[in-house]
Amino acid sequence: MMHDHDGSPSATLVAGARTIALIGQPNVGKSTVFNMITGLNQHVGNWPGKTVEKKSGVFRGQNGVVLNIVDLPGTYSLTANSEEERIARDFLIHERPDVAIAVVNAAALERNLYLVAELLALGQPLVLGLNMLDVADQHGIRVEPHVLQAALGIPVIPIIAAKNQGVRELIEAAAAVAERPGDWKPVRPAIRPEHEPVLAAVQSLIAGHVPRPYPEDWVALKLLEGDAEITAMMEAALPAETWQQLRGLLREHEDAYLDIAGGRYEWIGRMVRAAVTQPRAGAITLTERIDRVATHPLAGLVLLLLVLGVAFWLTYTVATPLAEWLSTQVLAALDALAAALLGAAPAWLFGLVSDGLIHGVGTVFAFLPILVVFFAVLGALEDIGYLARGAYVMDRFMHLMGLHGKSFMPLFLGFGCNVPAVLGSRIIEERRGRWLTILLAPLVPCTARLAVLAFLAPAFFSTGTTLVSLGLVGLNLIVLAAIGIAVNQIAFRGEQSAFIMELPLYHVPNLRTVGLYVWNNTLSFVRKAGTLILLASMAVWALSSFPGPGINDSVLAAFGRLLTPLGRLMGLDDWRLIVALLTSFFAKENTIATLGILFNLGAESPDLATAVAAVLAAPARLAFLAVVMLFIPCLATTATIQQETRSWRWTAAAIGLTLALSLLAGILIYQVGSALSASQL
Amino acid sequence: MTGSNGARPLSELPAGSEGIILELLGGRGFRSRVANLGFTAGATVKVMQNYGHGPMLVSIRGTLVALGRREAGQVLVSADAKSDER
Repeated sequence: MMHDHDGSPSATLVAGARTIALIGQPNVGKSTVFNMITGLNQHVGNWPGKTVEKKSGVFRGQNGVVLNIVDLPGTYSLTANSEEERIARDFLIHERPDVAIAVVNAAALERNLYLVAELLALGQPLVLGLNMLDVADQHGIRVEPHVLQAALGIPVIPIIAAKNQGVRELIEAAAAVAERPGDWKPVRPAIRPEHEPVLAAVQSLIAGHVPRPYPEDWVALKLLEGDAEITAMMEAALPAETWQQLRGLLREHEDAYLDIAGGRYEWIGRMVRAAVTQPRAGAITLTERIDRVATHPLAGLVLLLLVLGVAFWLTYTVATPLAEWLSTQVLAALDALAAALLGAAPAWLFGLVSDGLIHGVGTVFAFLPILVVFFAVLGALEDIGYLARGAYVMDRFMHLMGLHGKSFMPLFLGFGCNVPAVLGSRIIEERRGRWLTILLAPLVPCTARLAVLAFLAPAFFSTGTTLVSLGLVGLNLIVLAAIGIAVNQIAFRGEQSAFIMELPLYHVPNLRTVGLYVWNNTLSFVRKAGTLILLASMAVWALSSFPGPGINDSVLAAFGRLLTPLGRLMGLDDWRLIVALLTSFFAKENTIATLGILFNLGAESPDLATAVAAVLAAPARLAFLAVVMLFIPCLATTATIQQETRSWRWTAAAIGLTLALSLLAGILIYQVGSALSASQL
Repeated sequence: MTGSNGARPLSELPAGSEGIILELLGGRGFRSRVANLGFTAGATVKVMQNYGHGPMLVSIRGTLVALGRREAGQVLVSADAKSDER
């Protein structure tokens, strides 16, 4: 009965088994519950046509019970305010899971039950997983599950998902409801008495016209709430005259939706009053104490920089050496294998496999340790609850670029590598902010580009090397800010995305949750971007090898020669510099390796930088470095951008933008520089 | 600072003070979003942090929520807010 949403046979979902949907607001520990139920029996993909992550898995009980588990995106309500909310709602209505498990945070029960009230109004069979009782307890909040169960009329199971307590009971309760749906008799949330007549009037107008499988009473409620999607659906479904009547009625009660939200909270208040004991007023909690530092405008910034410093330190001391070791080991092993297997094969085939395919594999492997460290840090910070604080502290600055405070973390970590910066943009819920962050990420100078800069700058400039290098990094950041502000003003018309964000209570991170976060994200990089990297790696090899014999006589070199007139505008008379730039698309550090080949000097040779400097005038040296710093994102970053946005247009926009910017900067620097030095003579 | 009708924007409440939500201003999407989060008329909101510029922190229905200054300006609260000593 379940449709597979990936459009391909899913590795995990079992045909014919009952389906349980996991639903909950953000920060309730829902993914921990999901991980405890499914373990590694899970599949992470995307919702069809969406960039929102879809997780599904299988639960296998002791007595042969098999259940399909679908983890719905975190959602505050069933109003279609965001893509996540629309996905969760559409799944419940169209796929009709046998039962839903609503995970709620006992420490913020009142607000969490808002979603439960909406689910009950939809008529979705439901059990409640009352999670984070330990966290609530730490904050002096006492919840009585039995009282809550009696009030709501649905099973309420106390759980501490992080310690795997009560999760089995929860899934058993859900399975029991799925077996005997007739026994499930919830208390339906009531709306305020003064709204009952208008709700009845709406319902009688739409009776018989509501498309399947939408429940009529729920559609009436959503119309009164002014839900744009449901309103459009009914406009299409109703006869014109009835629609006019309905529209008039809804206009008269335009502000009903605020009352409905208020009414729901009143209903919730009545439900929880007996079940919850609040802490005495004035008690200072652990979260408040930590937040005095973590959310302070100044101390919070210092803490954020410390946290990021540790992240970088981990990357450089653990990930980078491991990455080098891994890629050389893997490359050596694969090269030996290729030599053994393809000994008799033509030279071009051996070249394609050895220098194209295997180097592509090496590139993918070189990223793995960096990504693992990055995702471990990000996952742990998110699970602890710190990520939202960092975003809060940075929001006032990111705001200027039309970005959410959450954009800061991935962009900053882009200094290490742009690939995790693009992947990390997933933490930004709003699509607009996410896409703008992805567009800006390649402008953050990554380690590979900084290495090229560090290699060439000392030979290029006899004095002020540090100043020039800092200036070039500064140029990138200024360009980034300027593009952010410009895109925000032009493409998004300066419309600020509303900054409303929940700050979760701090808690100890769960190893399994963080571990699976790292595993799923790294795996998805290998599977999606990895394939593109391999294909492109072979294409780049072919371009730089044919017709041959060396790169000097390749298509790439011919293309480089063709582009010399353009290069001349930047003072780059030598086609070899242009080819070096072109191969930097493969990986930024390739700039040096290519120059080494073309200048007939080893990439390690200190003479190389001097030799390159010799063919360039002083303004052209600066121009060349500026182009290197701003040039198009590398292959791995480009592949990741395509996979994360699923948009070739946006990927092309990212390439076109950086290409235009780098050429513009190169030409400006060279022309102004030449004019200045000419006037001094 | 205080309007004649006794309502003032949440962004003007100092840290440590409480207010009762009277009304939400702004676009429908914004109002619906904050209402779902618990910002409904009659709810008590406590200001946890407000430096007079940049975003602020409030506590509502047991949850800590960060709000941009512009967003906080669109939430009208009762002026007879009580203050506690911190």
